[in-house]
Amino acid sequence: MTHHVSFRINGQAYEADVEPRLLLVHFIREVAGLTGTHIGCDTTSCGACTVLVNGLPAKSCTLLAVQVNGAEISTVEGLEQNNQLHPIQEGFFEEHGLQCGYCTPGMMMTAVALLKENPDPTETEIRQAISGNLCRCTGYVNIVKSIQYAAKKMRDAEHEPVPVSAGAEGGQA
Amino acid sequence: MTTSITGIGHSVKRKEDARFLRGKGTYVDDVKLPGMLFMDIVRSPYAHARILNIDASGALALPGVLAVITGKDLDAAGLAWMPTLMGDKQMVLPVDRVVFQAQEVAAVIATDRYIAADAVALVDVEYEPLTPVVDPQKALEPDAPLVRPDRENKTNHIWHWEAGDRARTDELFDQAEVVVKQDLYIPRIHVSSIETCGCVASFDRISGKLTIYMTTQAPHPIRTVFSLVSGIPEHKIRVISPDIGGGFGGKVPVYPGYVIATVASIQTGHPIKWIEDRSENLQADSFARDYHISAELAAKRDGTMLALRATTIADHGAFDAAANPSKFPAGLFSVITGSYQLQAAHVAVDGVYTNKPSGGVAYRCSFRVTEAVHTVERLVDTLADELEIDPAELRFKNFIQPDQFPYKSATGWEYDSGNYPAALQKAMDKIGYADLLREQAEKRARGELMGIGISTFTEIVGAGPSHTFDILGIKMFDSCEIRVHPTGSAIVRIGVQTQGQGHETTFAQIVAEELGLPVENITVEHGDTDTAPYGLGTYASRSTPTAGAATAVAALKIREKAKKIAAHILEVDADDLEWTNYQFQVKGVPSRAVTMKDVAFAAYTNHPQGMEAGLEAVDYYDPPNLTFPFGAYICVVDIDRGTGEVKIRRFVAVDDCGNIINPMIVDGQIHGGLTMGMAPSLLEAITYDEDGNIQQGSFMDYLLPTAMETPVWETDKTCTPSPHHPLGAKGVGESATVGAPPAIANAVVDALSHLGVTHIDIPITPWKVYQILEEHGVAEA
Repeated sequence: MTHHVSFRINGQAYEADVEPRLLLVHFIREVAGLTGTHIGCDTTSCGACTVLVNGLPAKSCTLLAVQVNGAEISTVEGLEQNNQLHPIQEGFFEEHGLQCGYCTPGMMMTAVALLKENPDPTETEIRQAISGNLCRCTGYVNIVKSIQYAAKKMRDAEHEPVPVSAGAEGGQA
Repeated sequence: MTTSITGIGHSVKRKEDARFLRGKGTYVDDVKLPGMLFMDIVRSPYAHARILNIDASGALALPGVLAVITGKDLDAAGLAWMPTLMGDKQMVLPVDRVVFQAQEVAAVIATDRYIAADAVALVDVEYEPLTPVVDPQKALEPDAPLVRPDRENKTNHIWHWEAGDRARTDELFDQAEVVVKQDLYIPRIHVSSIETCGCVASFDRISGKLTIYMTTQAPHPIRTVFSLVSGIPEHKIRVISPDIGGGFGGKVPVYPGYVIATVASIQTGHPIKWIEDRSENLQADSFARDYHISAELAAKRDGTMLALRATTIADHGAFDAAANPSKFPAGLFSVITGSYQLQAAHVAVDGVYTNKPSGGVAYRCSFRVTEAVHTVERLVDTLADELEIDPAELRFKNFIQPDQFPYKSATGWEYDSGNYPAALQKAMDKIGYADLLREQAEKRARGELMGIGISTFTEIVGAGPSHTFDILGIKMFDSCEIRVHPTGSAIVRIGVQTQGQGHETTFAQIVAEELGLPVENITVEHGDTDTAPYGLGTYASRSTPTAGAATAVAALKIREKAKKIAAHILEVDADDLEWTNYQFQVKGVPSRAVTMKDVAFAAYTNHPQGMEAGLEAVDYYDPPNLTFPFGAYICVVDIDRGTGEVKIRRFVAVDDCGNIINPMIVDGQIHGGLTMGMAPSLLEAITYDEDGNIQQGSFMDYLLPTAMETPVWETDKTCTPSPHHPLGAKGVGESATVGAPPAIANAVVDALSHLGVTHIDIPITPWKVYQILEEHGVAEA
């Protein structure tokens, strides 16, 4: 037995007939083909699968696709707009907030939700906000800095995001 | 000119980030091939049992299920067992018995991962439970259940290994004025990279070519082993290690799932995807540590350390599937003499089988160095406590001095370079050691529990050299191939493989530095055995010491040829040219110079007659020695008397990894390493009940540090270049994981030492501490 679901992911409409047991993360990755959202555990512990559902962070491995029928979903693929990186992406790049990159999409989505709610978080507030997202590579130090970078950038009304120029030495100069 | 090169020493932002930030990485579960089927695995609920029957009919009746593969099927193809990297053998799928809980029992192949999971539940396996042996000490008793009846030797003892001079060591102990003794258990832990393991195996029946996308840190040796075991010619096997979501040693071994998926692809003619669940990853993949150590340190009453000895029981689980070099079943554990001048040392290790998954793979650690460092650094503190000497002072007194390098250690290692007093002094100055001691005395008088812990560790990384180091006979060199294109950009292919270390950036920086080409014009590729030169892979902090050196040497080979072409362009003798400011210049005439870009174009358009066209080089680098990074760490902890919680208030890490290619990336490696050092110190341990049931089978029970437990790491550096590495560099990825645990443990013991506490085994959990507080009557209700 299948159910018809339809939602918008990053502003684009998707619909499909799915089994009621299909996890949202599998819909996103396999039906919509957006593989930037990752799976790291099966107990809602690691946060690699974090996406925004109607603007709020949610672990998409613990939601069924049918549960969020009609929702607005945002994933990492929707962060960049008009070839301009979102400030959070820029922050992770500038502050070396990622290494293997596996937790990064979920971490960034959580951070985006935090900064929307709290544009000027303290370090403790940042750490609390990402405490449901595990990173094994970075020790969180640079992730915190990345989020602080984005917060500052987003608070600055004048900001003009700089596109990633890989291989260039920024920040230090 | 120099600013655009951004070679060695620059914090160049990472090239690989562009795809990861956009969610455009390609991890193995992102690989989707036409006609792809899914595999899922039936696993044993028992730690030890006889398999009486496997009835797959229920699973096969489920629509969408194409096959159920059992050990008997594999046995018919001679593939029920596979070799391990340690020369043992391991079951791919069992024929008649299981030897650990969660062991692979059968595999189902289906059109969809949900159907595959349904089918797993429909495979009916009849077991006759057997008594398991879980404790390695009990495993050595004569009447213990036999874990591996398949072996000729009917015992659970796998091997005995020794290093050092036993007679001389015992003699020094007999004469010593002071001997301190400590038993330590370094618990079983699991790397738990956030991406689990998996593969997509695709056998093309027409070309006979097998392509495997695999979460592996060592694609080349795996291709060779797959060829030797399967009989498929090696040129018909392509192993691709795509983007890897963290490795840390856990993705070095070959897991049964890879092999079963390969067999299934050959049988069905379809690509087969197998991706572990976290619980499977955490319950069945190889584990680290699990060393039961008994160690002693002999000294004079004035604090002069004389000798060290240790005996160890190493719990390897049911298969000796560790990933150590062949001659080192206990890895580099003999580096146990650490940063200290000792006249003699002796270590003995006995490997033991138990009914647990394989042990002995690394957890961000170069072959058992963590166990060695924890032992010696705890012993030094125990001695300091016994002699009532400040632990820093005792270390200064016994350090190998800077002028003693190269230093031959008591167990035979030749340390390449070091300056231990400078690193410790820097750490003490940075953290304000004297002030902390005063603060601690005041707090202690008020009944508050504060501790200061030091660790001054020496790492040993970068295997080869090949005369001593091999894996299954494959020598531990590493490689690089550089091709400079006519317009002055280049492609670099390396034999090592990144799992987040940033090779695509740092290796480009090495080439940029040596060839004077901008980093952004250099592409680094790795992980595809069809294109990359053969290498042993990335683990044990070996990429920079081995492939990094190969890259520098290959670049210098290119520069040699380029110099001749430059001489041709400038119509001078090559001897009249110097390499300066990233260009070839006529000596003393700065206006007469050509860049590497000019040379590259000439190499294809105007090369000297008689010279081969092109500008490329390959190097297979065999390091003359390992490198010995080191560091001095100081940790300050406060203990909550109401909960037993240990809070790391400050942690200063002064690391010395020689010359640094990219300071930003090195700092990132140290932050991560420190966190993976803290994790087993305070949180992580895998334990089993007496029936062999794992107690931490998911992230609900196996606690990885979150941002809340992780402190703000304070890092600093000293720089003592390696004299034998072409760039003066050493490895760094694992230093912090090795160095941090004893600093934390020493700090906690220090906080409680006035109560008579001399040792606490890691992980130092709140419950463990609270029990100690209660025992000494200082717990707050």
